[in-house]
Amino acid sequence: MFDLKKFFSKKPTSKDVARDRLKLVLVHDRANCSPELLEMIRGEILEVLQKYVNIDTSKLDIRISTHERDFEGKPALIANIPITSMRRPSE
Amino acid sequence: MGEVIVITSGKGGVGKTTTTANIGAGLVNLGKSVVVIDADIGLRNLDVVLGLENRIVYDIVDIVTGQCRLKQALIKDKRFDGLYLIPAAQTKDKDSVSTEQMINLCNELKENHDYVLIDCPAGIEQGFRNAIAGADRAIVVTTPEISAVRDADRIIGLLEAAEINDPKLIVNRIRPEMVRRGEMMDLEDMKDILAIEVLGVVPDDENVVISTNRGIPTVADENSFSGQAFRNIALRITGEEVPLMELDLDNTMMGKLKRLLGFGK
Repeated sequence: MFDLKKFFSKKPTSKDVARDRLKLVLVHDRANCSPELLEMIRGEILEVLQKYVNIDTSKLDIRISTHERDFEGKPALIANIPITSMRRPSE
Repeated sequence: MGEVIVITSGKGGVGKTTTTANIGAGLVNLGKSVVVIDADIGLRNLDVVLGLENRIVYDIVDIVTGQCRLKQALIKDKRFDGLYLIPAAQTKDKDSVSTEQMINLCNELKENHDYVLIDCPAGIEQGFRNAIAGADRAIVVTTPEISAVRDADRIIGLLEAAEINDPKLIVNRIRPEMVRRGEMMDLEDMKDILAIEVLGVVPDDENVVISTNRGIPTVADENSFSGQAFRNIALRITGEEVPLMELDLDNTMMGKLKRLLGFGK
């Protein structure tokens, strides 16, 4: 419904504020994924990578972060995967 | 073979117990046989909301520990023929019931009744896990507040992890005039955020307070707005298609005109 009062006021309604805050907080809440899920993601990423490169699994670091500033507050999958050597195509 | 439905919310105080009582009585008025279980051990409340607090002899812990037979512990509601209550234990520990005992109780009850409704305690600890253990379906109750919706989102995640799929949402205590002013989240906002199907919307209604004072579910009150909402919810649970209620009563020409000019509340 078109509303003159809202049209002339620049302030967002409290409902809009609530909705936006809620959406943001849920992005963080939902990103707290279970260790089992992370373990599955990790396993499959490694499987794919190991087709092409050799990996030092002892120094592997894969996690989901919700605190990195660079991603506009969205959760990010952060992976540090040390490569020991490339696999040759014939291997 | 009946169906076990857990009524849950995460956050306390959003109206789980009132919802359980009203859906229970509503289903009985449709001719169903219903058992309502208060799973909030230590904080028993469903009995007072239903006005059955003076009739309690045995409780849920007595049943699962074999202190009494199941039939002895079922409190029959004399005003709603076909409604039975299993009260929570008030003085016992939250760990007095195990998950297996809860599953067995649910399975036994659904053999003889159409619906078993479980009033889940607030929180996500053992009490919650016990309450959902035997459930086939789940209803998530929320109110249009950030805290309640956030907790509902968490609960939906936990229900899905426990393989209770496709939970349904009840939005309780909506205040249409606040929604109209843009000062309260509306149904669409919550549908959009939680991404689950809506089972019903219940307006904030002082009749709920009045009927709880009297110990009679508001669903029995033909003239109450919230009672109508609960009657619709009961119908939807049985599989009937009932459109969602039009909550905004000020939909007259004058009301619309006032709003258009910005004078409406």
